[in-house]
Amino acid sequence: MNKEKQIMPEQKPEERIKNFDEVSLGFSSDMAVLEAQRCLQCKNSPCVQGCPVNVNIPAFISKIRDEKFLDAYGIIKGTNSLPAVCGRVCPQESQCEERCVLRNKFGSVSIGKLERFVADHERNTENVLEIRDTEKTGKRVAVVGSGPAGLTAAGELISMGHDVTVFEALHSPGGVLVYGIPEFRLPKDIVHYEIDALVRAGVEIVTNRVIGISESLDDLLEKYDAVFIGTGAGLPSFLNIPGENLQGVYSANEYLTRINLMKAYMFPEYDTPVIRGRRVTVLGGGNVAMDSARTALRLGSEEVHLVYRRSMEEMPARTEEIHHAEEEGVIFDLLANPVEFLGDENGHLKSVRCIRMQLGAPDDSGRRRPTEVEGSEFEIETDVAIVAVGNGPNPIVQRSTPGMETSRRGNIVVDGRTMRTSKKGVFAGGDIVSGAATVIEAMGAGRNAASSIDEYLKTGQW
Amino acid sequence: MHLIRYNEIVAERVGMMIVEAPYVAEHRKAGQFIILIIDEFGERVPFTIADADSKEGTITIYYQIVGKSTDKLSTLKAGDFIKDIAGPLGHATEIKKYGTVLCIGGGIGMAPLYPIAEAMKSAGNRLLGVLGSRNSSLLILEDPFKKICDEFLLFTDDGSAGEKGFVTHGLEQFSSGGKIDLVVAIGPVPMMKAVSDMTKVTGIPTLVSLNSIMVDGTGMCGGCRVTVGGKTLFTCVDGPEFDAHEVDFDELMMRHKTYRKEEAESHELHRHKCRLDGMI
Ligand SMILES: Cc1cc2nc3c(=O)[nH]c(=O)nc-3n(C[C@H](O)[C@H](O)[C@H](O)COP(=O)(O)OP(=O)(O)OC[C@H]3O[C@@H](n4cnc5c(N)ncnc54)[C@H](O)[C@@H]3O)c2cc1C
Ligand code: FES
Repeated sequence: MNKEKQIMPEQKPEERIKNFDEVSLGFSSDMAVLEAQRCLQCKNSPCVQGCPVNVNIPAFISKIRDEKFLDAYGIIKGTNSLPAVCGRVCPQESQCEERCVLRNKFGSVSIGKLERFVADHERNTENVLEIRDTEKTGKRVAVVGSGPAGLTAAGELISMGHDVTVFEALHSPGGVLVYGIPEFRLPKDIVHYEIDALVRAGVEIVTNRVIGISESLDDLLEKYDAVFIGTGAGLPSFLNIPGENLQGVYSANEYLTRINLMKAYMFPEYDTPVIRGRRVTVLGGGNVAMDSARTALRLGSEEVHLVYRRSMEEMPARTEEIHHAEEEGVIFDLLANPVEFLGDENGHLKSVRCIRMQLGAPDDSGRRRPTEVEGSEFEIETDVAIVAVGNGPNPIVQRSTPGMETSRRGNIVVDGRTMRTSKKGVFAGGDIVSGAATVIEAMGAGRNAASSIDEYLKTGQW
Repeated sequence: MHLIRYNEIVAERVGMMIVEAPYVAEHRKAGQFIILIIDEFGERVPFTIADADSKEGTITIYYQIVGKSTDKLSTLKAGDFIKDIAGPLGHATEIKKYGTVLCIGGGIGMAPLYPIAEAMKSAGNRLLGVLGSRNSSLLILEDPFKKICDEFLLFTDDGSAGEKGFVTHGLEQFSSGGKIDLVVAIGPVPMMKAVSDMTKVTGIPTLVSLNSIMVDGTGMCGGCRVTVGGKTLFTCVDGPEFDAHEVDFDELMMRHKTYRKEEAESHELHRHKCRLDGMI
């Protein structure tokens, strides 16, 4: 057996911080086969249990070993509609790869990287998007939101023969995949490829349409037999500390949207501006914070700080992102919390005042609760601050839909199995239900909802 | 893609565009806005819907030429296209019978104000109107506005049209003339602030429509945040109209300056390119 883990080639840190190209360059076929040979094909396949959508991992890896890459692709596609995306952005280290029996001794099989290889291979060389001719049911489904949840639901529903229309508030479909996650981690061409495939399969996508303002859910229910809501967790949380509205303080959503969706990194060729700070401070410790910090470096910032109130261990970001951020020179100010933004007389941000934290007893989330160390305040000089402390549910649909049950936090409440909301004919899934989570979970929810919608459309029973 | 039916300069550095957007035309209500993206390179720019014709499937917007995007808009001709139009966005104005409603418009603010005034009139309100601008060449919508008002006053800073003075003089005159149940003021931030300061003292409920810098316009970025009554709200989804007496206008003015430097740079570059192309 080949025990040696294959190392995926990457752009060198000093080079990649000067461009927005993808950091990881992908396995060659040979490397993929070698890596696949490491898999022990465990009978009880613990990895599969670690996968939120239960991709048949040993089976697809065995096909790679036999160099039957397209077969491998077919196996993954059976349960995961966006393998090229998931191979890049899933937190494998806490899912499939965490359960790999090789993990402790030799390092887990690089399942995510193999998944990515298979999907890239299909896209780049084979391009065999099958378009199945399914018998039309004559039923119409509206999907609100085109993130991974909505896109997955749409793909499933169209293959079941229903007519599907996706309504998206922005001008470009994809949700967080296009406006949030940066190009260097997830090239937008991949997302467009997947969306094209849906369109070719017959999904209608209507952009620039905010449901809940011009038309309500009830209006949609008059025209469609069922509705799926996948509006995501797009509402940025702020810190609610003094100075937060100074010029130069951004929510991560705004910062990333300006740069990713609106291409402000190519300003002034593109019209959307963004402040290019010499010094940038990011507040938060998740993927969104890492993406913001690494984006700032690529915009030419000389010094990028990341302030997180707990320690490295508790950081929720993917391990690979933290590692890449460190390599690229992001300065981690751990166990620190912002208390105030300070500006000059014109309202430009000048610095952020922070306080040191220490970890106490574990809180509800099981992580040790950080508490302030009295008198330990310090200032970080900064021109731009990016607040990346979480996102709440997008409120527009709920606000405009009387009678739809929501949680205390404003998430839509659904039955965990059927994804049904309290409103007849309306289903929901993804971040709008779970709160900010992951791409794969949103996809899983979209998939479950689709089969449940199918059942409802066939039986008419609620 | 949205076909431009009409696009002309109608006052000094003010353009008016009629563009096809059937969905918006059918669904829009007074007080709502759109976000448009001119072309592949364009930013998302908000404009209030000044008028709409659902039969023709068109909407009308007015724009003041202040930066690169509005400069680009002004060079488009009937027959050209706008890449994206999203909307209608934002809350509609609460139209009902208040009694006497005073609508105050400053400069380009007249464009968003006009449909609101019209709706207020149709709802059975007595409509008082004040319109102001720096000089006569900047006036828009004066005639139609005048026509629907029960009483109307016009002011210019230099006296080149109407009375010499500011819209606040109109507010004073009307206030002394009888009870006003609601003031709607839309215009430059200092104007809205001045009106708000006065009506706060006299206790007349006042609505303003804010023109914060926006990106998505769907409540996703928080770039349009304003402080209202001590709370952070998003202009695009919580507004654009707010209780004037609760708005932190100084903060709004400060936030408006965020991209001064970048905008000047990009606008200058654009004009330079245009000069090279012989366009201006
Ligand atoms: C910067 C960033 C980095 C991330 N990194 C990772 C990662 O590495 N790995 C990972 O697994 N997860 C990551 N996540 C989380 C992941 O992206 C989300 O969990 C996932 O996208 C949720 O999918 P969704 O379909 O529920 O919603 P979204 O992707 O949020 O899509 C919702 C869509 O609905 C649209 N919408 C909202 N309201 C309306 C309306 N009223 N009418 C019409 N359309 C509407 C929105 O515009 C949006 O396009 C990241 C998130 C962010 C922000
Ligand atoms: S413009 Fe982004 S939240 Fe209002």
